[in-house]
Amino acid sequence: MSKILIYPTNSLVLADLVDRFGHEPLTIPQEIRKKVTSVGLDSPPLNITPEDPKIGLKYAAVEVPSGVRGRMSLIGPLLEKADAAVVVNDPEATFGCMGCARTNELVNFLIRAKKIPMLELPYPTNEDDARDFVYKIAEFLQSSEVLKHE
Amino acid sequence: MEDADDVSKKDVITKLIVLSSRHMMPGDLLYKIYALRKDVIVKETCFGAEVSGKKEDVNSLIRDIRILDPYGIFIKERGFPIGDLRRCRATSGGGARPGFHQIEVEAAALPLMSRALLEYDMGVKPTTHEKPAKLDVDVFKKIIADCLHSL
Repeated sequence: MSKILIYPTNSLVLADLVDRFGHEPLTIPQEIRKKVTSVGLDSPPLNITPEDPKIGLKYAAVEVPSGVRGRMSLIGPLLEKADAAVVVNDPEATFGCMGCARTNELVNFLIRAKKIPMLELPYPTNEDDARDFVYKIAEFLQSSEVLKHE
Repeated sequence: MEDADDVSKKDVITKLIVLSSRHMMPGDLLYKIYALRKDVIVKETCFGAEVSGKKEDVNSLIRDIRILDPYGIFIKERGFPIGDLRRCRATSGGGARPGFHQIEVEAAALPLMSRALLEYDMGVKPTTHEKPAKLDVDVFKKIIADCLHSL
């Protein structure tokens, strides 16, 4: 089972497809769960502490807004664990943790800089696109470049 | 050092089950989950259900649930526990909880995904569509010249 980073990292469709084809999707709720379910909250209610933007410093310079660094403190660890990535390059809408355009640009850059196997494709809008979307993801997840990490 | 309670809490995961099924409504899904007699907390929602429990229990439940409608059930993880006051609409003054909007947008594509997954399992290969070629610069220049000329 390889660890597959998905982008958008809170996507239902991508998380489900990766799981369905036998791999572990790396999604942002995993990181959020660790924060919000820890006993002894340091910084209620969401437990985002001053340490988080510091973790984000590993990925973005100090001049970068703390929102980007804070988000990178969640997405960065996922990126480091990733064996491969599935990227939707024109998501219609991104919400929540994915709602910052600059962070999204940085994440896309870092995925490419890591030089891991990556599949890039657009969101499906019609039946033909959906068939193509599922087929490409399935073939990618069963390809040797992804399976070699198992 | 982490205490035992902290460690056990970290093992607890929550998953969202989103339905796009012709055969099953959220109420039916709930009865099926109850029938599996797993040690999990379940909540029925407008889009399907949420289940929370120990990682191994939830994952084994998910495997059993998928079999009920392999092309109509979509699952993803949720960060917050079920009924968490920080996310629950009952305590936040109404409106959709953060995170619902992403599901709402993607739910529109789920019928397409269901059909595509079925066809993939049936071995249907996607039809390749040639992308329209980009407009040649010289042709574009001619169009501009024609437009300017006609003004």
